[in-house]
Amino acid sequence: MSFINYSSREINCKIVYYGPGLCGKTTNLQYIYAKTNPEAKGKMISLETETERTLFFDFLPLSLGEIRGFKTRFHLYTVPGQVFYDASRKLILKGVDGVVFVADSQVERLDANIESLENLRENLEEQGYDLDKLPYVVQYNKRDLPTAVDAGYLREALNPTNVPDFEAVATTGMGVFDTLKAVAKQVLIELKRGR
Amino acid sequence: MNSQLVLFEEEQKKIVQICDALHRDACAKAVFLVNRDGQMLANSGQTVQMDTTSLASLTAGNIAATGGLAQLLGEKEFAIQFHEGERDNIHISLVGQRVILVIIFDERSSLGLVRLRVRRASNELVKVLEQINAKAAQNPGHTVFDEISDEDIDNLFG
Ligand SMILES: Nc1nc2c(ncn2[C@@H]2O[C@H](COP(=O)(O)OP(=O)(O)OP(=O)(O)O)[C@@H](O)[C@H]2O)c(=O)[nH]1
Ligand SMILES: [Mg+2]
Repeated sequence: MSFINYSSREINCKIVYYGPGLCGKTTNLQYIYAKTNPEAKGKMISLETETERTLFFDFLPLSLGEIRGFKTRFHLYTVPGQVFYDASRKLILKGVDGVVFVADSQVERLDANIESLENLRENLEEQGYDLDKLPYVVQYNKRDLPTAVDAGYLREALNPTNVPDFEAVATTGMGVFDTLKAVAKQVLIELKRGR
Repeated sequence: MNSQLVLFEEEQKKIVQICDALHRDACAKAVFLVNRDGQMLANSGQTVQMDTTSLASLTAGNIAATGGLAQLLGEKEFAIQFHEGERDNIHISLVGQRVILVIIFDERSSLGLVRLRVRRASNELVKVLEQINAKAAQNPGHTVFDEISDEDIDNLFG
């Protein structure tokens, strides 16, 4: 749920990174955090297990600049990808304005990607959202790994509706900002269009 | 579908006044008002050294998790939470299902006093929230986005 504050002249939006366990959601946020000017970001919060798996969420507040005197603030969240954290994933999705689905390109994670994408759709529907009507982009991550599946094949399996999609290597940052910008732009356009 | 929250100067002022009064009357260190998505609406008191953005997001996460627990137990909501620390205590409550009121206080105040003052402030806040809803219903289309063009959005992303 976006929040527009005329008093402080701010537009606030929420973007959620979704995807199977270990696909690289947290790594996306870590890269964005590392490469953003101190003035444009807040503290990154990671609620994680002892083995650095996301337990509840990661959170990164980010300013992307001003439009007509209004500051644009994006709150980036990741969900925990492990299957049994589904209750937490539903909570994080509440009030979402835009979604990034991070897929793991490795051949052995193909089923996990498909399962996670179905889970995303279901959890959104439970809250009255339709993935096809939300600002939404797909990222094929871990392109650097030798077992990465051909991107065209991933597209067929994971992006049948042809939303903007990006190949990425979150550890080196390839594709990370392209993904973020694409979803942030869609969110603003959607806000302008009015729901 | 969620409706977006739009806060205008007039209501913002009222909210800040209520938070200021609560901060004073409850002898609190700080008072925050956060929406359920973790965005800060107002704060009052000693907030300068605090990471208010993180505080807002974690509070919202906390309320969301507690709400999930309540549902599992067949409760509608646990409307109030209280955490006691060695120095500081934190009192968290839901107001009008929509916003979260957070009070941080130490030994200069007490749980009883905080509870009492929170009740009064909540009643006042509910009224302002109703005003905000009414305003949104009156002119639903009007937002800053009327003045923002597609080009402006393009320019932001260079
Ligand atoms: N080789 C390679 N490794 C990556 C890439 N992106 C992430 N990783 C690694 O994959 C592992 C898991 O990354 P995370 O970002 O923690 O995964 P996650 O999606 O947040 O996982 P959960 O929190 O369990 O849902 C880490 O060891 C990362 O360094 C990538 O593009 N290439
Ligand atoms: Mg993670």
